[in-house]
Amino acid sequence: MYDSKKLKKIEKSSVAWAEKTQKVLDKRPERKQSFQTLSGIPVERVYDPLSVHECEYVKDLGFPGSYPYTRGVQPTMYRGRFWTMRQYAGFASAEESNKRYKYLLEQGQTGLSVAFDLPTQIGYDSDHPMARGEVGKVGVAIDTLGDMEALFDGIPLDKVSTSMTINAPAAILLAMYVQTADKQGVGCKKLKGTIQNDILKEYAARGTYIFPPAPSMRLITDIFAFCSQYIPSWNTISISGYHIREAGSTAVQELAFTLANGIAYVEAALQAGLKVDDFAPRLSFFFNAHLDFFEEIAKFRAARRLWAKIMKERFGAKSPKSLMLRFHTQTAGCTLTAQQPQNNVIRVTLQALSAVLGGTQSLHTNSMDEAFSLPSEDAVQIAVRTQQVIAYESGVANTADPLGGSFYVEHLTSEIEERAQTYIDQIDEMGGAAAAIEQGYVQKEIQESAYAYQKAVEAGEQILVGLNKFQDEEVPPRNLLRVDTAVMESQVAGLKQLKAKRDNVAVATAIKKLKKSARGNDNLMPPFMEAVKCYATLGEICDTLRDVFGEYTAVSTV
Amino acid sequence: MYLESILLCRRCKVPKKIRVLAAKPGLDGHDRGIKVICCALRDAGMEVIYTGLRQTPEQIVQAAIQEDVDVIGMSVLSGAHDYLFPRVMELLKGAGATDIIVIGGGIIPEEDIKSLRDVGIRAVFGPGTPTTDIVRFIKETVSR
Repeated sequence: MYDSKKLKKIEKSSVAWAEKTQKVLDKRPERKQSFQTLSGIPVERVYDPLSVHECEYVKDLGFPGSYPYTRGVQPTMYRGRFWTMRQYAGFASAEESNKRYKYLLEQGQTGLSVAFDLPTQIGYDSDHPMARGEVGKVGVAIDTLGDMEALFDGIPLDKVSTSMTINAPAAILLAMYVQTADKQGVGCKKLKGTIQNDILKEYAARGTYIFPPAPSMRLITDIFAFCSQYIPSWNTISISGYHIREAGSTAVQELAFTLANGIAYVEAALQAGLKVDDFAPRLSFFFNAHLDFFEEIAKFRAARRLWAKIMKERFGAKSPKSLMLRFHTQTAGCTLTAQQPQNNVIRVTLQALSAVLGGTQSLHTNSMDEAFSLPSEDAVQIAVRTQQVIAYESGVANTADPLGGSFYVEHLTSEIEERAQTYIDQIDEMGGAAAAIEQGYVQKEIQESAYAYQKAVEAGEQILVGLNKFQDEEVPPRNLLRVDTAVMESQVAGLKQLKAKRDNVAVATAIKKLKKSARGNDNLMPPFMEAVKCYATLGEICDTLRDVFGEYTAVSTV
Repeated sequence: MYLESILLCRRCKVPKKIRVLAAKPGLDGHDRGIKVICCALRDAGMEVIYTGLRQTPEQIVQAAIQEDVDVIGMSVLSGAHDYLFPRVMELLKGAGATDIIVIGGGIIPEEDIKSLRDVGIRAVFGPGTPTTDIVRFIKETVSR
């Protein structure tokens, strides 16, 4: 960004400054021998134009809303509209969760984000033996369309956008959502929202897989194809680094593994015969906002630039929307401490701020009590207020990419991009993300970083306030949210009743049709629609697919 | 000769390594913690067998007996500990394997710990526990 004459001048004064600084250092050494980011990128004493001399403004940064989107995906960013404030929520029964959603909307939240319980995420009905103890615990239990109808009762689906954290059975839950909207009189074209639908990171980091990779990828590309035709405003996938980071990766690994997964989905869709500009505009991403403030901001900026280049250069995408990396952010759950939990409010504030300065499209702020249980209503309120204070009071949303041009942030952005690209090249050589995961490579990389971080915390090299420094006597927190075990009983009873009441002949026919389609190559969305409409259960549908596709067995990497 | 001396060593001089089954009962997929603990216990000289995800209590108890472990360490972050932990203890009792020391960890509210201890879980380690605390606890409890 500077001409060589000016750079020479800067270099000269930089040398002089270094000499002067040496004298200061002789008297007063720095806190540490060397400094680095959480990803291990060296951090220098100061950054100056020399650190970013290779960066060309138009080519590498550009303006907000223009290629390579380093500075943001919209030209006006938050001057037009704030990010969507979207808290992940759901527990117990559909009725209970429906109440929480209405509460959150009343609090000024602008989008919904549904948490499903583990049996739902893994395609078991609430009465399955593997579901014992898990029903309604980490999210809402959905067995049939009836539960979905109750979940959104009184919430107009043409007015809110809904994000659903569902992966292996994403297509089935999407079918239920579409049918629920239909009963409200809302057509497909009006639906706005996201399904996570990112199976690769389930194998690598999150664990709620069902089927092996090949049929799982087919389910995903079936969704791409169906939605591009019928639900054009739906985000068909949320390619997630969040869980990779929570599992212990560094920021660089989070970015690299997420984009490598993204490449795998694009390749699968192209192989299925889809055209890149038909499905790529609906791909979305999901990242973590962790402790290292500037590294996180740089990560978000690097993510946009790298993805834009990949889509343009590698896949020849033409539509600007195909090139834009739009993302949701959640603050880092793994950084919340059970010790002095009120400190978590401060951590969340900083992490949320990094997401906003990084140009996120939507944001979930964690609640301070999540190291103990699901969040209580009071804790959720503070988390929502944190976003509102950043949006309405701090002024940071008044200009696009306020840190653009910071020598440090630009240097880090380039550094992270380069390091992530090195990982992506390596994964390409292994045969792509699915192959790298099947070989356990990604899992091992994540595990090693997780253990290294733990050791750094225990050695006191990584300070966590209240945990390994400035500790206090602790009083166990009160008013934690508990999920009553009665949820399981009522869910099981409801299921039994429904099975007696529904048209079981229609269910059997729908299941038979589904099985036939699964064995062939038809798009599976229509048979899913038909099955959920006659109240076939999620478990019945997934069991049918298990019969045809088989189940995934994880590789051991420990 | 050489083989004999190794066997001799194993029999009388070198103390037997502590064997630990690290287990993930239920459907919870959060395995960062348990994998970190596997590494730490191994670095502390223990033999660790990790079950992987989605184990039923029956599978865990069977594996523990088959592998002749001294300790079972279970991790649950989904809130299902209130069913899964006591169920494992019940099955261990039924199998006459109550000499196995069972410990747990994860997202477990303070108020649940007493009832877990009442069914025989020896210790519950919450978030932020240094791995060295767990190593020390296992070593002290096994040698007792």
